[in-house]
Amino acid sequence: MTAPAVAPGSGLRAPTAEKGRGGGSHGHAPGKQRFGVMGVVSIGILVVLAVLWLLPFLWSLATSFKSEADAAATPQTWLPDGGFTLQAYRAILDQGNIPTWLFNSLFTSIVITLIVVATSALVAYAFSRLDFRGKKWLWVATIASIIIPPQVLIVPLFYQMLAFDMVDTYWGIILPQAIAPAMVFVLKKFFDQVPIELEDAARVDGAGRIRVFFTILLPLSRPILGAVSIFVFIGAWNNFLWPFIVTNDASLLTLPVGLQTIKSAYGIQYAQNMAAAILAALPLILVFLFFQRQIIKGISTTGFGGQ
Amino acid sequence: MTTTTVTNPAATADRSQATAGDRAGSRGPARKRPGGHGENRIGWGFAAPFTILFALFLVWPLLHGLYLSFTGQSLTGQGGELVGVANYAEAFADAAMWRSMLNTFWFTLLSTVPLVVVALVLALLVNTGLPGQWLWRLSFFLPYLLASTVVSLFWIQLYSPTLGPINTVLATVGLPQPAWLQDPDTAMIAVVVTTVWWTVGFNFLLYLAALQNIPDQQYEAASLDGAGRWRSLWSITVPQLGPTTGLIVILQVLASLKVFDQIYQMTNGGPAGTTRSTVQYIFESGFTGYRFGYSSAISYIFFAVIVVISIAQFSISARNRKGAQR
Repeated sequence: MTAPAVAPGSGLRAPTAEKGRGGGSHGHAPGKQRFGVMGVVSIGILVVLAVLWLLPFLWSLATSFKSEADAAATPQTWLPDGGFTLQAYRAILDQGNIPTWLFNSLFTSIVITLIVVATSALVAYAFSRLDFRGKKWLWVATIASIIIPPQVLIVPLFYQMLAFDMVDTYWGIILPQAIAPAMVFVLKKFFDQVPIELEDAARVDGAGRIRVFFTILLPLSRPILGAVSIFVFIGAWNNFLWPFIVTNDASLLTLPVGLQTIKSAYGIQYAQNMAAAILAALPLILVFLFFQRQIIKGISTTGFGGQ
Repeated sequence: MTTTTVTNPAATADRSQATAGDRAGSRGPARKRPGGHGENRIGWGFAAPFTILFALFLVWPLLHGLYLSFTGQSLTGQGGELVGVANYAEAFADAAMWRSMLNTFWFTLLSTVPLVVVALVLALLVNTGLPGQWLWRLSFFLPYLLASTVVSLFWIQLYSPTLGPINTVLATVGLPQPAWLQDPDTAMIAVVVTTVWWTVGFNFLLYLAALQNIPDQQYEAASLDGAGRWRSLWSITVPQLGPTTGLIVILQVLASLKVFDQIYQMTNGGPAGTTRSTVQYIFESGFTGYRFGYSSAISYIFFAVIVVISIAQFSISARNRKGAQR
């Protein structure tokens, strides 16, 4: 019993170890040992580019700590005359909407991620391992639907939300985002690589499909499930168009949509705009700093199947 | 990590042996025969949750949208009667629709080239094994994590004609200072620059992963043959990245065609409609013009364009791959 399980198991290391490298910081870079003129030039170019990429953040951060007077003064300087202040953040937080929007974004993105991962993993297992009537048709339909841009469905989807009485509800935000055919494809491809012998051994012992799925396949798929979750979560967190269409009630807006209303309401409050933007950016940046490896790995492995 | 994943299933499988006996008696035979009745039922059991959502929120809206495109439906619920191809006829004669299509293509062309080239250059530079790997990844990928509204707020400020640091710098070096987002000549370029800054990190990561999958032995063999770094770059790295580049271009073109967020937020399609994208035109016809039928018709025209472009791209890349194999 143990022997066949370990043997194909070691075969599994190939894909996971390979994917691990995507997140690994170094070690596989070619020509690492040579640091000639090219190396110095490369470092120089990289430093310039990295600074260029970080500047918009830094400028916005600096502006968010200015007083409104300093933020509107010409010419603009990095260090304001009046010194840095927390005024803009206080003003934004006093309006009280940001924590609500943060909760809405978090809640809807988590529920979307859970539904997508659960339903996609189940159907991917069926595609990979089970024989059922209509499987081929369902597979073709799923793959073909990857090409459908969600943006072309906004009108009929909104119509549907009206019919279901889901406009201005969490379900209205969540359900239309809860399908990701590309992720089904990614998971099915992964399941196809898992040696079937592992399951056969358990099934000879009488374990049912459901049991095999939960006790054997899912634990083995943790890395890819993590990757898919990260991909779906970022997409849902940052989605603008659909929540923008389906919600109107200020207490139901997600962070990206709420920010748009702030922008239009306080158009000339530069420091407050930047403070709100920084506050909205912070959660995902913190998540990224904690899970950098997993996120980079996740994007690298699902990227082609996603988008 | 690897050891636990390998031993875990074995252990659980062993444990399941104990409970197996009593279950095997009643439902065993159905399970032993793949493709049998039991399998059909259980297969649909696994597929059902996805299939239901798929049917409700993808297939149905897709069909309903097609139907709506042949009606005069409005948001208020009036005009639901069939009007034949009137919406399509109107769309094909609608200068604003064509304008939005051209804007979309123009944006796609302007953005795809730098989003692929810059991503490749960044990945090649980072992949030379310089110290501080996490810092480079962080710098270039971080913007991708920002919501479009955050990006727009940042860049509206940066592009501000009087207060923006960009024009401050241009003024100090004595160059002209355009109004960027308010100037029809520069608005699209400005939006493209923002888009490159925002999303290049995604393609950068894909390239980085592909670069790390090129076997070291190839470089070692090349360097034994006396090939320098430039030589290795052109004769190993670039050809090896061919398929990756093909996929990145395909994905990027499709992503760029769907542009809406940052343009809507930064210029609202202006000035004078010079940046209005097709998705924005769909959105506006439906949700500010309340013309669901007309909006659906444009959606379908746009969808058809995307299908044609995708098929063209995939067949080109398939032919290239076949050519490379020969």
